[in-house]
Amino acid sequence: MLRLPPFSFLRARDVAEAAGLLAEHGDQAMLVAGGTDLVPKMKRGQLTPTLLVGVGHLAELGHVSASDRGVEIGAGVTLARVAADARLGAAYPGYVQAAASVSSPALRNAGTIGGNLCVDTRCNYYDMSFEWRQALGFCMKKDGDVCRVAPASTYCRAIASSDTAPVAIALGATVVLVGPGGQRRELAAADLYQDDGRCYLTKQPGEVVESLRLPPPGGWRSAYVKVRRRHAIDFPLGGAAVALATTGPIIEACRIVLTAVGPRPLDVSAAAEPLVGRPLAEVLGGDVGLLAEVAAAAVKPAKPLDNADLHYVWRKQMTRRAVEQAIRQAARQPAPHGAPAATFGADAAGGAKRG
Amino acid sequence: MTAVDTPVVPWTGVVGRPLPRVEAAAKVTGAIAYADDLQLPGMLFCKLLRSPHPHARVVSVDTTAARAMRGVVAVLTGHDLPTKYGIMPTCEDEQALEHEKVRFVGDPVAAVAAVDEETALAACRAIQVEYQPLAAVESIEDALAPPDGEPLHDYAGPGNVHRLAALEFGDVEAGFARADHVREDVFFFEGNTHLPMEQHSATAQASDGQVTLWSSTQNPHYVHRALAKVLGLPMGSVRVVAAPLGGGFGGKCDPFSHEIAVCKLALVTGRPVKCTLTREEVFYTHRGRHPTLMWVRTGVDREGHILAMHFRSVLDGGAYGSYGPASMLYTGALQPTTYRIPAYRFEGARVFTSKAPCGPKRGHGTPQPRFALEVHLDKIAEELGIDPVTLRRRNYVEPFTRTVNWLRVTSCGLQQITDRVLDASGYARRRRRLGHGMGFAVSSYMCGAGLSIYWNTLPHSQCVVTAGRGGVTVFCGATDIGQGSDSMLATVAAEELGLQPGAIRLVTGDTGLTPVDLGSYSSRVTFMAGNAAREAAAKLRQLLVEAVAEAEGRSPEQVQVRDARIGSLGFEEAVALAEERFGTLATHGSYTPPAGIGGRYKGAGVGPSPAYSYSAAVVELDADPVTGEIDVHKVWLAHDIGRAINELAVRGQVEGGVCMGLGEALMEAQAYRHGLVKQPSMLDYKSLTFLEMPDVETILVETVDPEGPYGAKEVGQGPLLPVIPAVVSAVHDALGVWVDEVPVTPDKVLRALEARARGRDARYGPKSFPVVPYPPLVKVAPPDAAAPTL
Amino acid sequence: MSGAGEKQVVRLTVNGEDHELLVRPHATVLELLREDLRLTGTKHGCELGECGACTVLVDGQAQLSCLLLPGQVDGACLTTIEGLADGPVLHPLQRAFAALGGLQCGYCTPGMLLAAKALLDTNPTPSRQQIKEALAGNLCRCTGYAAIVDAVEAAALGAVEAAAQDAVEAAALGAVEAAARTPR
Ligand SMILES: Cc1cc2nc3c(=O)[nH]c(=O)nc-3n(C[C@H](O)[C@H](O)[C@H](O)COP(=O)(O)OP(=O)(O)OC[C@H]3O[C@@H](n4cnc5c(N)ncnc54)[C@H](O)[C@@H]3O)c2cc1C
Ligand code: FES
Ligand code: FES
Repeated sequence: MLRLPPFSFLRARDVAEAAGLLAEHGDQAMLVAGGTDLVPKMKRGQLTPTLLVGVGHLAELGHVSASDRGVEIGAGVTLARVAADARLGAAYPGYVQAAASVSSPALRNAGTIGGNLCVDTRCNYYDMSFEWRQALGFCMKKDGDVCRVAPASTYCRAIASSDTAPVAIALGATVVLVGPGGQRRELAAADLYQDDGRCYLTKQPGEVVESLRLPPPGGWRSAYVKVRRRHAIDFPLGGAAVALATTGPIIEACRIVLTAVGPRPLDVSAAAEPLVGRPLAEVLGGDVGLLAEVAAAAVKPAKPLDNADLHYVWRKQMTRRAVEQAIRQAARQPAPHGAPAATFGADAAGGAKRG
Repeated sequence: MTAVDTPVVPWTGVVGRPLPRVEAAAKVTGAIAYADDLQLPGMLFCKLLRSPHPHARVVSVDTTAARAMRGVVAVLTGHDLPTKYGIMPTCEDEQALEHEKVRFVGDPVAAVAAVDEETALAACRAIQVEYQPLAAVESIEDALAPPDGEPLHDYAGPGNVHRLAALEFGDVEAGFARADHVREDVFFFEGNTHLPMEQHSATAQASDGQVTLWSSTQNPHYVHRALAKVLGLPMGSVRVVAAPLGGGFGGKCDPFSHEIAVCKLALVTGRPVKCTLTREEVFYTHRGRHPTLMWVRTGVDREGHILAMHFRSVLDGGAYGSYGPASMLYTGALQPTTYRIPAYRFEGARVFTSKAPCGPKRGHGTPQPRFALEVHLDKIAEELGIDPVTLRRRNYVEPFTRTVNWLRVTSCGLQQITDRVLDASGYARRRRRLGHGMGFAVSSYMCGAGLSIYWNTLPHSQCVVTAGRGGVTVFCGATDIGQGSDSMLATVAAEELGLQPGAIRLVTGDTGLTPVDLGSYSSRVTFMAGNAAREAAAKLRQLLVEAVAEAEGRSPEQVQVRDARIGSLGFEEAVALAEERFGTLATHGSYTPPAGIGGRYKGAGVGPSPAYSYSAAVVELDADPVTGEIDVHKVWLAHDIGRAINELAVRGQVEGGVCMGLGEALMEAQAYRHGLVKQPSMLDYKSLTFLEMPDVETILVETVDPEGPYGAKEVGQGPLLPVIPAVVSAVHDALGVWVDEVPVTPDKVLRALEARARGRDARYGPKSFPVVPYPPLVKVAPPDAAAPTL
Repeated sequence: MSGAGEKQVVRLTVNGEDHELLVRPHATVLELLREDLRLTGTKHGCELGECGACTVLVDGQAQLSCLLLPGQVDGACLTTIEGLADGPVLHPLQRAFAALGGLQCGYCTPGMLLAAKALLDTNPTPSRQQIKEALAGNLCRCTGYAAIVDAVEAAALGAVEAAAQDAVEAAALGAVEAAARTPR
């Protein structure tokens, strides 16, 4: 049986304590929420903390609450809870689609949205056992100094593999971080990521993600289309998150964020420029060429490499198609309306998962 | 005693009924103990140290540091187990632990027994091995080229060629000369693996120089032989017990390093030792489907009648022999069991590469050529403008005939399964539209190999049945790997004795307690062990009937056996009476395939079987012209089962076979990169989940085989076979392109479409077939077509 | 802070029995169940969250025990396959799996049954598609899945309830004919 190396486990009393422990123990410590990303990677010796700080159980992280500023989802809320929340589904369909597309039901019962935002980048030269990596020669992400998929690369090309992060970015969500002294800062979700598979998060090591703040419901239609081989278990091989704002039948703004095409979620919203000012109907039926053009432009900066399942050229082709589909899906959604904050009231809060 | 005489009618209380399996309750409650569930007092845990090199000389192995670690009890290297072994006597090329050279990443070099797995693993990491790397052999092309340095093995050859064959039956050139149309195609079938849900596990216990091994093995008898040989013990000092298996599919058919290592460690330490493989190690243990390159040339007349066929294969065998020579011959053996081929030439080769060894997987050596053959026939039909089903029907073999390569065919329901599957699926009436397609294919498979793996005079299956105050017990070496062999044995005994399967106690798969059965491979168990059990139980029934007849003053023919009664007596009373009359009640039965079911040429040992099952599939799918993605909607599978002893079990095998066949057709691949397995996990090695599995409509056709038990034939392997070509055919139906390489992944579909768009051949697949140093043809006169067949 | 690997106390209720265990923090719940509590009915096929064989119920929810740390389940109620039957009386799902061929080698069965129970506890009348989605993380290499969907559906409908008392009896008396199998 594959086993974990020894470590200590501390159940944090609160977020501030968790942040304090992280700061105190430096790179020896890691947070664990659901553990669904961390545990397999520790079994394979990819991550080697000697202290795990459990945060999944914290009630502070278990809320879904609404205010005029939007909906806030605690980092400890499970993917299953998000996927099952009808109100979230109505307000942020893309986000909920993304959460529901992660792996399998049992995994979603444990995996949290905070863990999903921070999920490690992936690479099929890296997500291997210690022995496998040793046999090939270690890579720069762990224990080595070259990138195995792109030996000339000066940085790690492991792939951003979170399903929910691209939607959060497309929706213009923000992330609330709590530092070791209990200080909070709010960061655009997009700014949580940087273009290096090794240090893919901009967050300080001592910072805990407390919550994700989605903009007030009603502003954006959203959709997420994931490319993968099987309809369950599999990580994304590509995919697109789209958020679309309209005034009447006219497209006001469109954001497109790609997943699994590089070390960070790739914001390619500039490619959506031709859509702005156009009627929805054109997108939905009329102008096929327009959508194709937008999708082609959107995937242009994407540079998938041969470090995930299937052929990388196919992955890019499929991502292009995902862009088209996501725009269509978003456009087809009923006109968004500002759901009253009360519908995300107290009954949606609480019920933090264990951890 | 007066008895009302009623005519004796045959009791069919259980045969043919869809009863639950006998061990179902133990399985749904978690009570059944698989190999890794066994926990013995004082048990140690073993881990194997494996090679990080695809090909290297082992210069030295230093175990000092490992031995010095706290909790480490024993360390073994190849010097402790130098005897070579292998499942086939002609290629005993494996060592439990290699001390001279390693031939693939994952080849075991040392074994540690320690107080727990963590310590054993840490000790493995502390072993210092000095390697001198040698050139890796990564592909069939590499293996056929002159070796760069030393070849993987110092036997066989030339170079890295393991085995060659060249056979000709009838005058192939004359056939081609007469043909109106000749077509050639090249195909590639990527390797894949069994992926049983259970990882292999073995536990050994030794005392007084006797060793007992509990293992997740399909073939306790062959493991028993290998252990005795490698450990240098008399066979009587070794006992192998097959634990209930969490799936096998051929992957647990060879004797393995971890099985040998735990036995040796138990002998050395005097303590029980367990070794359970990790999932990654299961990928190294492998013995899966051989990657196979194939070339086929067929000559037909205007109506599509086959006049001659020439089939070439080259199999990537990986690092060791395993079942390889048989696997290779199987790529040429069964083509003539579905189609009348008057003149047939087969040239086969197996090469060594520095990858995990290939071996037998469900369908052993026949899914690859079946894929090639069926798709090739589709292409011929298309060229001739003949409906592909019609073309096949014109060539179907007839029941009770002999093939050109001397295989005896008995019951054969090809026409019936074709009728039924076409009817059910509406294939002939299908509406053609872009992106939607249906495909049809047929196949056949053996009901047990006609010959044993090693030459011997043992019956292939043996069974003992006893009855007494403790009830009825069947002793048989057959192994339940999930296919339901225990239930089959209980059903057969129950049928003969007028009982229900739950009333039969079973002792199976234990070389210390049961007479030899060769094992759970080649779909042999129902046919062979079933016949043996039937004979043994029928003899017991005869004793009971005689005793009761005598007591009742009737002739035995008048004594009815049914509903747990023998004549007017309850079963237990009858047993007591018979015991009094005859002494201890123990009967035996055995099964040996009849002589003369195959030819007499070299290589004739592969292919003969006492009967063949037949399967026909129709696959309906959508293939997306933009993404290349394939969505299978439904599979219709008609199977000539001979007779379904348990319909529930038969349907389960069909559905499972279809599922695995779809996996192979669409996604499963054991591929390598830089000498390492590319996807050694259940996440990266893709197999179908609930959500990819389409509906399956199973149609059973009963041809009642004259020699199968109650007319039964196999179902464990056959239904997988036609699914793969039917998928390829359906993709062609949908998009007009051929994907001549399995698995048919979406990127390949797109590449085929692109090729067509660029005006090239509308296909994706291998461009050419390499030059293989096949030996001179051995010409075998075909059986006299005019002579009676049987 | 205690040293890495130092044992910690965990309180658990497993199949209704309370346990106070001194465990290594890095031994997953899978190891704890199989090795410390000797409840070997919970299976493992990958130990990486990829196959579903190790599924157990934690406070009624399906969870992958190979990914769960003891520190995450302190105070929780676990149900394993050993706790599914009510004493000698099998759960309807167990009866349905046995009667309808929902298992062959049986190795995926414990995880499958618990995932199915979690589904029926929240959705007593799932559609076939909902059954497939709920079980999609549980791989099976033997059955081709169809009979499992049949079995869960039959258990939900109470269709096997009447058919047999338990699988052993069924095998012994031939009482359950899987002809009851629902058409697909
Ligand atoms: C077989 C399998 C398939 C999977 N498929 C998918 C998939 O399809 N899509 C996908 O997106 N993911 C997938 N995952 C990855 C993972 O399960 C999910 O991303 C999950 O949401 C992670 O959440 P968690 O709570 O379990 O994270 P954990 O494992 O607990 O943590 C993950 C990372 O986030 C950090 N972290 C956790 N919580 C916080 C916090 N509050 N603040 C700061 N850092 C934090 C941890 O330190 C760690 O680095 C898969 C995993 C497996 C094993
Ligand atoms: S063993 Fe836990 S998911 Fe496979
Ligand atoms: S029954 Fe064997 S894996 Fe499911």
